[in-house]
Amino acid sequence: MDFSFSDEQTLLQDSIEKFIQNDYAFETRQKVVKNEQGFSSENWKTFAELGWLGVPFPEADGGFGGKAIEAIIMAEQFGKGLVVEPYLATVVLAGGALKVAGTAAQKERYLTAIIDGSLHGALAYAEPQGRFNLADLTTTAMKDGNGYVLNGYKAVVLNGPSADILVVSARSSGGQRDTDGVSLFVIPADAKGIGRRDYPTVDAFQASEITLDNVKTGADALIGEEGKGLAIIERVVDEGILWVGSEAVGGMEVLYKATVEYCKTREQFGQPIGKFQVLQHRMVDMFMEHEQAKSLMYMAAMRMDEGYGPEAQKAVSAFKVQVGKSGRFVGQNAVQLHGGMGMTEELNVGHYFKRLTMVDTLFGNVDFHLKRFGSL
Amino acid sequence: MELGLRKQDLAFQAEVCGFIDRHWPERVRGVRGNSADDHRDRTPHVQAWFDALVAQRWSVPNWPLEHGGAGWTPTQKFIWDRETARAETPQMSVFGVAMLGPVLCRWGSQAQQSKFLAPIREARVAWCYGHSEPGTGADLAGLGTAAVRRGDHYIVNAVRTCSSGGPPRNRRAADWMFFLIRTCSGSSPSEGISLLLVDMQSPGIQVAPVAAFGSHYSAERVSLTDVRVPAGHRVGEEGQGWTYARALLDDEAAGVAGLATSKKQLERVGQIAARTPCDGGKVADDTAFQRKYRELDVDLRGLEMLELRMLADVEARQAPGSEPSILQMILKVRSTEISQRIADLMVETLGYYALPYPDELPIDNEGSIGHDYALAAVQGWLFAHASSIYDGSSEDQKNVIARSALGL
Repeated sequence: MDFSFSDEQTLLQDSIEKFIQNDYAFETRQKVVKNEQGFSSENWKTFAELGWLGVPFPEADGGFGGKAIEAIIMAEQFGKGLVVEPYLATVVLAGGALKVAGTAAQKERYLTAIIDGSLHGALAYAEPQGRFNLADLTTTAMKDGNGYVLNGYKAVVLNGPSADILVVSARSSGGQRDTDGVSLFVIPADAKGIGRRDYPTVDAFQASEITLDNVKTGADALIGEEGKGLAIIERVVDEGILWVGSEAVGGMEVLYKATVEYCKTREQFGQPIGKFQVLQHRMVDMFMEHEQAKSLMYMAAMRMDEGYGPEAQKAVSAFKVQVGKSGRFVGQNAVQLHGGMGMTEELNVGHYFKRLTMVDTLFGNVDFHLKRFGSL
Repeated sequence: MELGLRKQDLAFQAEVCGFIDRHWPERVRGVRGNSADDHRDRTPHVQAWFDALVAQRWSVPNWPLEHGGAGWTPTQKFIWDRETARAETPQMSVFGVAMLGPVLCRWGSQAQQSKFLAPIREARVAWCYGHSEPGTGADLAGLGTAAVRRGDHYIVNAVRTCSSGGPPRNRRAADWMFFLIRTCSGSSPSEGISLLLVDMQSPGIQVAPVAAFGSHYSAERVSLTDVRVPAGHRVGEEGQGWTYARALLDDEAAGVAGLATSKKQLERVGQIAARTPCDGGKVADDTAFQRKYRELDVDLRGLEMLELRMLADVEARQAPGSEPSILQMILKVRSTEISQRIADLMVETLGYYALPYPDELPIDNEGSIGHDYALAAVQGWLFAHASSIYDGSSEDQKNVIARSALGL
């Protein structure tokens, strides 16, 4: 049993922590959010220079060969800083699909550019009727000569506004919810027939509604085998869960510590409110929720690194359940214990609260993952 | 003891429903942009609603009869709250109608009543409540000395956080503010506090917006520097503000139970769940959802009964303000909890469509992203998590309940 980090892992953690401390204080983050793009291209360049964009990709593809442990290390620090740069969408999701099942030509064409920071991506997988079921698709991919024609609608596509490429799931055969017949495509985001409606999300990210109207693709756009795409998306989404869940663990730590500090200094009724036992117990509960979620984060990462399969999926679902429950608890209580200040835009507390609640929604909430956990 | 509506109450219910159908018809309901509180910023059908209320003498039903109140029984008030919540009518402002108005009716001078009551009753003025001083939130006894008497004026130096409702986008400062301030040292920390009314146009007042969550709740930081407040704008006796504060908070608590609104929201969650696809069926078919929904339904029924008991108790109390109403506090704690749970379930029901948060709020539901109810639901959720704080935190209420009800 070994829970220690290697030297490289410690270095990675320290370098991100330093970046957040020096270049991503809360006030700075708030300015970045107000950029037209919703994040900072300068920061993205820095991430590329520091090699962070290449961490999850094999060395053969120009990356650093990082695995799940490296991902949770990075994500936890990003979550502490409420980083809004689209690492999840571009690197973990779009990049992840290519990493898992891309052809050599696709990797050559896209992964290099993702790693050097010149290409942004988005995974367009959710649909309005599908809720959290990755196989529930009305977007179709009909064979058209050697290639395909895509028609349909994709919902809440994270990083849609800045994406240069879209990785799109569509049904090439079978019934609306069949597990067979799902295909994955990588297409330019400005392909003819693609329409977009961009908007910010409540937790300060950027997303789009995307319509596909007779979008033609070549045969080289297919990722993996035709009709066998569901397994790829499930794997990529599990890596996405690991990422956002770890961001949430980082956020919970910031919140409970900030709450303790606040309660030590805020005086009411003649003493610091932190002296009141009720509030002490509440803060202890917040602290314990964080530790539980952190423990499941480690378990999920270690299972993923042992090999992707039902055990890893089960661990990821357990982690997601815990993050959903703990994140809501810590977020809501941080707001409550900060009194009137917890509700202002000026203070960081409310922004963590919003992010933690949205993390519960992303990729399936507590109920969904309890079902998945039970079925594995 | 009897639970069903009596004949006269059924007749009243019919009268209320008829009034609502005439003055807030179906076609204007549920359309965003409706509930502008600010009298300077109303759409025509919202103004028509308030005009009808005033003409019917139903705009300030909780006030004493001689000041325009409706003299309703607790059951009638309950019926009014339930039917207006069901139809989602615009609301009179809590600050003027529920909080300050009754205090003025009871303790205000003749001159104050002549000057201030009619504009509140006729929905022609925007009041706000400067409730917090930095460093003094719930603990009113902690207010520092900041109003000095000079002849027939007070000179006020203070900072207050003021809420007055209205979406942050349309924010303008209220016309008047009421606030508690120390005017003299008392023998105990709670003595020496007075209730003052100040014209927000007075020289020396600066207002800075403090954005908050949700579209219905926003706040300002109001700084008063050497502001002259006439002694005639002090309500009641100097140094007796604690009594009035108690009444203000009681009235505020009574105004914010919002159970009828919660009931409406839960209905809406059910309707949305019945429409939202999930795994070949609807969210409403999901057993996990059903359990949460049914538990909320049961809890809400219990709280409705608690509210009826509380209303009967308020009627019976001889000297409101001299002691806290335990049932009101229980109701406040539980009703804000339940509104949060319902808001949380609504956000869960939305799935991915809980995320979109466009800067431009669509008017009249046009161009909504995903579902036309989604953005309002998300804003309601944000607001719900503010409500357990802003008028006495749940923790404070529980302390008082422990002392007053349980003798701990």
